[in-house]
Amino acid sequence: MAMPHFTVHQPKTLEQALDLLSRHRSGVKLLAGGTDLLMKMRQAGLKAEHLVSLNRVEGLRTISYRDEDGLVIGGAARLADVGRHPGVAQHYPALAHACSVMATPQIRNMGTVAGNLVNAAPSADTAAPLLAYGASLVAVERGGRRQIKLQDFFRGPGLSVLEPLEIVEAIRVPAPPARCGSAYERLSARSQVDIAAVGVAGLLNLDLEGRVLRCRLALGAVAPTPVRCLEAEQMLEGQAPDEALLMRAGASCVRSCQPIDDVRASAAFRRAMVQVLAQRVLKRCLALAQGGAS
Amino acid sequence: MAKQTIELRVNGDRYEVAVDPWRTLAEVLREELRLTGTKIGCNQGDCGACTVLLDGRSVSSCLTLAVEAHQREITTIEGLAPSPDHLHPLQQAFVQHGAVQCGFCTPGMILAAKHLLENNPQPTEQEIRRGLGGNLCRCTGYNKIVEAVQAAAQELAAGKEG
Repeated sequence: MAMPHFTVHQPKTLEQALDLLSRHRSGVKLLAGGTDLLMKMRQAGLKAEHLVSLNRVEGLRTISYRDEDGLVIGGAARLADVGRHPGVAQHYPALAHACSVMATPQIRNMGTVAGNLVNAAPSADTAAPLLAYGASLVAVERGGRRQIKLQDFFRGPGLSVLEPLEIVEAIRVPAPPARCGSAYERLSARSQVDIAAVGVAGLLNLDLEGRVLRCRLALGAVAPTPVRCLEAEQMLEGQAPDEALLMRAGASCVRSCQPIDDVRASAAFRRAMVQVLAQRVLKRCLALAQGGAS
Repeated sequence: MAKQTIELRVNGDRYEVAVDPWRTLAEVLREELRLTGTKIGCNQGDCGACTVLLDGRSVSSCLTLAVEAHQREITTIEGLAPSPDHLHPLQQAFVQHGAVQCGFCTPGMILAAKHLLENNPQPTEQEIRRGLGGNLCRCTGYNKIVEAVQAAAQELAAGKEG
């Protein structure tokens, strides 16, 4: 299928980008990495007469970490840059791992974290880790900006609460507390390159006595949207995390998923792997949380 | 929807070209600049045959709009050899190790390897395989490609060529 014809706008500021969006309203799409958008236009018949590129908007690729503010990922920051940012590698290992193993080096050099979220694929690799870390999106439109919790962001496959005239300016991720461990595990049929068939992210935060103060578990590719495992989180919070409890909590994650059979895996395989990966992730989180302050 | 005049900086040369905004960098490199070393395989970002370096980073030129490459530095396979008589160490290693069979994947494979070695000059075998994970070869079975990249890494580390 041939690429449809369109005009490309390359604004230098967010204000110009917002103006272009509202001026062209219906037939307009935002372009960042292009790895999803151009494929949908060439192969899936997605049409837009105007593309507004975010790639020359000043400051939109910035990635910054400070203990006081946590992590701020600019709306056009590339997956590869996020994955190898020292602050991400040190404080957000689950996100660093997702950003460094998903897709291919070329796609990671092009694609953005914001695009990965906004496209709202159930299998989006950055979604589960960012859910575990309690991330929010900062969405701007001409009237102002709002913060959307990632856990309220997804509405279904390819659907989110982002309005057509909004741009994701940044993703904000709180700084992880002391005695915190986090991890992400994914499975796909063809090593990393293929889209994830199952992804599990977790975070464990211990109190001074070594009990679980806070637990977050999130699943990708096993429901219409990335989902949290509230039951498993509640089983662990307030408890002393021995191995038997981690195994039970990991097993309970299966009740939070609603997988389907598709080309990448059967629903039964996905259910079995949710348990295995959740247990692995919890063990890794505990080891990291017990291992040190970072 | 008028053509847009852009400046492409390819292998140190500057080209001013008028392009349709929906044309990809791969198409413009091949059809306007006649730099046909860059291949179009799957045309959907999976096979890596169209890999070029954009500001030093490997990208799929079939998923990059040419207008987005305006005034950015592009390296294609034609820009790698230091002179007509000398090959880049990666090219030399590919020849010596039999890492080229039909040759269609080779330009993208070599540019992906260049990006890998610039970020990780002494990669393990697994790191090489992962670094080339975005490039498909249907001839070699990859082993000879991995050997060639290992040899080139040693050659580059020995400081004979930057």
